Amino acid sequence: MTPSDDDATAGTAEPVADDQLDDRVGEQLLEEDLLEAALAETLDNLRAVRTLAEETTALVPVPSPEPAEEPLDDPRRSDVDEWGRSEHMREIARRVYDPLYRRWFRAEWEGLEKIPAEGGALLVANHAAAIPSDAPVIMHGIETEVGRPVYGLADQLFRTLPLAGTMWARLGGVVAHPDNAYRLLREQRQLVLVFPEGSKGPAKHYSQRYRLRRFGRGGFIEIAMRAGVPIVPIAVVGAEESMPIVFKSTSLAKLIGLPYFPVTANQLVLGPVGGLLAYFPAKFRLRVLDPVVFDVPADQERYSRSRVMDESEHIREQIQAALFDMLRERRSVWFG
Amino acid sequence: MGRRVLITGLATFWGGLVAKAMERDPGVDVLIGLDTREPSVELERTEYVRTDENYSILSRIVQAARIDTIVHTFLIVDSTLMRARTMHEINVIGTMNLFAAASAPGSSVRDVVVKSSSYVYGSAKEDPVWFTEEAARSHPPRNRVERSLEAVEGYVRDFAEDNPHVNVTLLRFSNVLGPDISTPLSRLLELPAVPAILGFDPRLQFVHEDDVIRSILFVLERRLPGIYNVAGDGLLPWSEVASICGKRLAPVIPPFATTQSAMALKALGIEMPDEVLALLRFGRGIDNRRLKRAGFRYDYTSAGAIEAFIEALRLRSTVGVEPSYRYERDIEQFFRHSPAVVRDPDA
Repeated sequence: MTPSDDDATAGTAEPVADDQLDDRVGEQLLEEDLLEAALAETLDNLRAVRTLAEETTALVPVPSPEPAEEPLDDPRRSDVDEWGRSEHMREIARRVYDPLYRRWFRAEWEGLEKIPAEGGALLVANHAAAIPSDAPVIMHGIETEVGRPVYGLADQLFRTLPLAGTMWARLGGVVAHPDNAYRLLREQRQLVLVFPEGSKGPAKHYSQRYRLRRFGRGGFIEIAMRAGVPIVPIAVVGAEESMPIVFKSTSLAKLIGLPYFPVTANQLVLGPVGGLLAYFPAKFRLRVLDPVVFDVPADQERYSRSRVMDESEHIREQIQAALFDMLRERRSVWFG
Repeated sequence: MGRRVLITGLATFWGGLVAKAMERDPGVDVLIGLDTREPSVELERTEYVRTDENYSILSRIVQAARIDTIVHTFLIVDSTLMRARTMHEINVIGTMNLFAAASAPGSSVRDVVVKSSSYVYGSAKEDPVWFTEEAARSHPPRNRVERSLEAVEGYVRDFAEDNPHVNVTLLRFSNVLGPDISTPLSRLLELPAVPAILGFDPRLQFVHEDDVIRSILFVLERRLPGIYNVAGDGLLPWSEVASICGKRLAPVIPPFATTQSAMALKALGIEMPDEVLALLRFGRGIDNRRLKRAGFRYDYTSAGAIEAFIEALRLRSTVGVEPSYRYERDIEQFFRHSPAVVRDPDA
């Protein structure tokens, strides 16, 4: 019953045919216009013979030009955008976070020029630390050094947290929903950060550090294909040691409804609460890898599953290889 | 030959306004309004027929008056107005009977417009920021408004499928605000401080009441089939909504045991049903671009609708409320049917 049902089927079947159809309709309209004009001319001539006065009245109604659209009055009071991000709040956060970024983690980038200066792109990185420290470092780094906002896709769990959930949204957190990602990437041409390991990354034990988990079900590849944007892989070294998990309790996690319940090394040193607030000063190194561009048409309903899984595995291997390479070069956890 | 229109819920806010607007349309020959109560706005040529809430006489009216257009505005989305039982009768049973009558053999109905609400999408943590018309809700509805709207839309879908020759339009309206309408959200914004859930500042969208009426007339005029979201541009944090109204947020509801706290507030006369509490936690945005693509132009953004609402409220609090119209059966009958009344203005 909906027009879009038709749209959808027509769109998936043959998007090219649709364009051709449009052209044909356009041609037809043009022909009709010409016919109408010719007809009008003849009629005008006839009338001119009868009376000169009537010559001035137009027979064919001339379409009046559309009145220029005035923007509606929009009395907004805050700069919170549709995603909940506030540039004003980001600015405050950047000021507070900058010493942590520069002095504490001493983040250093490699290949930052590979982050596109314009247009949408999906940033994909490895994920670590009990309370992940990598997302703020990446977002802060790109915002300050490339000058583009970054939206971070994350678990809907954030949305349910009082206060922290609101802060998370104001600072650029968005629920990882395909529709959200598509709109951000394709329509608004933004940079979007995603961790395909999901919570499996930060949930892993310290002994498993820098070993990438499964990359979900390849949803991030499909999103990038559908949005027609490149994927920019980023390898992050340092996050694992900033808040390592030394003990995990699955039953406790289930009890309070969290994806994992860790005891961190920070908590052993600084106490159960203090350990949640302070990271170890691990040296952060971030390497941006070559953007991956897909040669598939955007806006398709589905993409080949095998292709998606291959691309996903390929990107995972690339990040894993970069991590091993960076770890080979790293002399000290604390000094890089 | 002009249109012969039947409007359900003539006494409701929307029914009355739609009837009033359609009276001005020379393309409308006959206007019949159904309701259980008397109309609350002054109408010139609309015929008011009193029915019970589930329209048992409906198929006779449709046949007798050769109705070709049905505007179904009698759907209750404010659950604070009545008991669950009554709302179910009006929304679900009423819609069922309406469509049964409209799809009777030999029915003359060709256009149906249903005024639904964005409540059918629900509001949950896993929801996208914007719902398109195709988006499905992430959980089955847990409150009565959303449950009954879902049932209503089911009947609309069935009817559209069974009657492909009928042009069926389903409009889903966002939270309506404006100078005149009263909704659970507008009543919260009328309070000296605006209640909120502690720690949550969800983003909400609004549509001005005039845009609601205009959109109904728009789809009727264009005979647009399908589902359309109707909402102003912009998604605003609840705190900003309060600030446009010149008020402070009062986070009086704790993030846990929300329903119980809302029950306590009800004793103070502040009513927040479950569907509103869900909105105040997770918010909701609906994608309004399909109707725009069809050519509709909004007069108000979300923020503009809030401002229009609060300005009217300020005026009202200073100069008071105008005396409302009262329906007098004999007088209305006289104007409509007495041979003494000269009806054609040109004569």
